[in-house]
Amino acid sequence: MKTNGFFKQAVIIGSIAWMALFAFIPNILVGLASFCSTSAQNFIEPVWGFHNYGQLMDQAHLDILLSSLRLSGLVTLICLVVAYPFAAILARTRKDKRNTLLLLVIIPFWTNSLVRTYAMTAMLNSSGIVNNLLIFLGIISEPLAMMYTPGAVVLGLVYTLLPFMILPLYAALERLDRRYLEAARDLGASPWKAFWRVVVPLTMPGIVSGCMLVFLPGIGMFYVSDVLGGARAMLLGNFIRDQFLSTRNWPLGAAASVTLTALMGIMLLLYWHSTRRLGQDSAL
Amino acid sequence: MIRTVRRIYAFLIYVFLYLPLVVMIVYSFNASKFSMAWKGATLDWYVKLLGNTGLMQAAWHSLLIAALAATCSSLLGALIAMALHRWRFPSRKVIHSSLFVMMMSPDIVIGISLLVLFMALSLPLGFWTLLMAHVTLCVPFVVITVHARMLGFDPHVVEAARDLGAGDYEVFRYIVLPMTFPAVLAGWFMSFTLSIDDVIISFFTTGPTFEVLPLRIYSMVRLGLKPEVNALCALMIGITAVAVFFSQRLLKEKP
Repeated sequence: MKTNGFFKQAVIIGSIAWMALFAFIPNILVGLASFCSTSAQNFIEPVWGFHNYGQLMDQAHLDILLSSLRLSGLVTLICLVVAYPFAAILARTRKDKRNTLLLLVIIPFWTNSLVRTYAMTAMLNSSGIVNNLLIFLGIISEPLAMMYTPGAVVLGLVYTLLPFMILPLYAALERLDRRYLEAARDLGASPWKAFWRVVVPLTMPGIVSGCMLVFLPGIGMFYVSDVLGGARAMLLGNFIRDQFLSTRNWPLGAAASVTLTALMGIMLLLYWHSTRRLGQDSAL
Repeated sequence: MIRTVRRIYAFLIYVFLYLPLVVMIVYSFNASKFSMAWKGATLDWYVKLLGNTGLMQAAWHSLLIAALAATCSSLLGALIAMALHRWRFPSRKVIHSSLFVMMMSPDIVIGISLLVLFMALSLPLGFWTLLMAHVTLCVPFVVITVHARMLGFDPHVVEAARDLGAGDYEVFRYIVLPMTFPAVLAGWFMSFTLSIDDVIISFFTTGPTFEVLPLRIYSMVRLGLKPEVNALCALMIGITAVAVFFSQRLLKEKP
């Protein structure tokens, strides 16, 4: 047997080195930066302390953080409630039709979310489709000001992120063994009870990963809030971007980014826990 | 009855997903410049788009970066997937989990961490930093796709090749790569769309010397509705749809 251990060594060392350089070191640097200070000469001055995290707990910053979490939480909830029945319908469609229907969800999933956000402005504008339709139907007489409101940002985020909720839910519902449901019904559970006690726990990994894929970008996608929300920066993402590009307080921005990473950590733990409970392979 | 309700519900979701896109594509052919009122069909905005050199250059940059990033990341991703699949080495599990975490990470977190890295290495922001950033964005997706396909493999094929004297490189080149090729190619298309659609990571990792299309659209969109933007967005939707269609076809192919 020919052993060219060199290739194997090179691939393994290359993989580790690549991961270290582009995944581990950058995040460690951000973590370190979040404990530094800033000065007029340097973005990052090695004067250590927890002051950036303290500053994030200021009333003004805390308001941004909490309102961003609230907004994203609302978006996640709407997506979950809208997507769950849809994913269930999709999972029960005949196989030949299902692939086409699925492709129709995957296309917006991959389409530029900025383009999709922009498409939403044409709907919500004072001269847009929604206003014209409502006027035509005689429901309103004057165009409603829908753009540049928190509602528009929520709608825009739901619109761009809905496919990210549908697909994991679909994956979970598709692998759901319907016999469990029948067994629950045979044993006397009401449909409602069977849903809450059987279907929901069994699809929990899908629910958690869908929520993660909506909630986290919902905090970070600053351009949605820019395009649909106007001048008022409503997301933590806008705040982070401003710290890095206009206010130039990198350590404070880094601390906000670390906070976002910590939120992701919590959600990943939830995901891990939910797959663990089902004895499924988690990718973690 | 329930069937009808289900159908209507599914139909409404598709309307919600597609109506804004369809409206935008239709309006990209609208002759009227300032209002949303329909003034007849025209291709003017597409012609105007072609005449806008700044925009065309940004589009060329985007395609170039997308093609390069897709090629680098599918190759790199295939190698990493094989390393994870075939060999046991320290930190293997850490790398596998980290790739999953990277896939889940919000773009803004990735963008900022790479910006800080490039600053620490004092690399000027531009073509190279953008390329590295996009490869970083895409590799986890390729690894997960290719790795999933490797799990469906018959391990005896590799054993047979080894018994017949193939070394690690030969196994990769003549067995693993051809067998996973549909997944690698699907990963290529996936990376291509990821790269061409990315706004946030590009926002932090490229400089004024190398402008890409999504950032250009971003600055145009902030200034308000323009018919050329409609045309441009319609084109981008078309490119994405084609790439998605091919990558899905490839993933369906049986190993």
